[in-house]
Amino acid sequence: MSAEPSNDNGGQIEEYIVRTKGLVKTYVMGDQRLNALNNVKLDIRRGEYISIMGPSGSGKSTLFNMIGGLDKPSEGTVYIDEVDMAQLDAFELAWLRCRKIGYIFQTFNLIPVMTALENITLPMIFAGVTSEDMLEKGVHLLTTVGLGERLHHKPNELSGGQQQRVAIARALANDPAIILADEPTGNLDLKTGKEIIDLLKRLNEESGVTIITATHDLKMIDVSDRVVWIRDGQVARVEERKDIALNIGEVEGEDE
Amino acid sequence: MRQPTSGRIQRQINLPFNQAFRISLRNITIRIGRALITGAGTLLGIAFLMSVFTQSVTLKASGAHALDDSMIARQQWLVAMSLLASAVGITNSMLMSVTERFREIGTMKCLGALDNFVVKLFLIESGLLGIMGSLAGAVIGMFLVLSVYALRGGALGGLDYAMLFQYLAICIGLGTALSILAALPPAIRAAKLPPASALRTEI
Repeated sequence: MSAEPSNDNGGQIEEYIVRTKGLVKTYVMGDQRLNALNNVKLDIRRGEYISIMGPSGSGKSTLFNMIGGLDKPSEGTVYIDEVDMAQLDAFELAWLRCRKIGYIFQTFNLIPVMTALENITLPMIFAGVTSEDMLEKGVHLLTTVGLGERLHHKPNELSGGQQQRVAIARALANDPAIILADEPTGNLDLKTGKEIIDLLKRLNEESGVTIITATHDLKMIDVSDRVVWIRDGQVARVEERKDIALNIGEVEGEDE
Repeated sequence: MRQPTSGRIQRQINLPFNQAFRISLRNITIRIGRALITGAGTLLGIAFLMSVFTQSVTLKASGAHALDDSMIARQQWLVAMSLLASAVGITNSMLMSVTERFREIGTMKCLGALDNFVVKLFLIESGLLGIMGSLAGAVIGMFLVLSVYALRGGALGGLDYAMLFQYLAICIGLGTALSILAALPPAIRAAKLPPASALRTEI
């Protein structure tokens, strides 16, 4: 594969939106070197709902940070739309984070001093959207996630599930091609978690946005097109949904 | 819903000043308690500085026509000490207000903020706090010294008001400049953090 970026679509859309090659992330703690990721190769198709599963400490959050351009790999490459992320300068990286990727976090990470609507319009301010368009879109997005009545509430006036809905709406603000969700249901109860998963799946089906979640929530398997199992910083196995269909009954049995 | 963004990667545009100003102003008004404490650091230092200046004006008016050398040295010492006190106070407040918002900064960077957006927001914020704090401080410092002077029977009419206003302007300018300078290093440090590390920060 040549390193030549071929990001000019010209009508033809590449099959893979994210590819990683030989990804290694080493953390140095005193004399110890810890490989959080060890030679990870992963190709993610455009429009798919993919879950990266693994126990805590398996490296899935590290992988999430690498794919999202939030941290730099020690070795290896991440391609977004066939563009090597390491080649991007700060301005291009910020543009990518603003327009192409929407982030959702376990701890919601809303700006506490801003209302729901202001949180959603913030990435649009960064993108240079005009004020009227911004408000209209913000209201529309909050309505889409079922919070049309709570535009002017602050995060601390909203429940966990509602805060995560605001975060999802914010992730969608600039119509990203990818939504990256790090443990989106980690701080939510079973029922709310299920609602958030359903919402993500609905967005995936309706707008074709690629959804990448790092999670250890087994409820996620139900909606995922593919599940990537990570163990000790390596891809243990990748399963298509049809291959794990049998397990789902068990998982749901446990939940009820 | 519009088509997802695809195609060529472009460069992030700059945050317009008026938008940055609005966000900063809101940050101050919404955290008014915190802002008042930050501003109080500036206020106290500048009030002290202004009181020293005002005293020199009242001393002059009350007949000490030629201040002797030791008097001038004492004045200079007081000015230097008050400046140092304000600088330390302001730096401390700014350092705190930046570090306690590391996560927020990380989040903003995930939403597409360039490093300079973050720096810009904090500098505008500290500039505003600096102006307000030093204005209040200068007025309070001047007012207190003048009241004492008047109560002791000094004639307010005989003061050199041109000099007093000059000192007032110096104090406000100095307080604002100190606030902005003090916020610069922590803001730059915070802005340069990779988003992943900024988000990991627990306060």
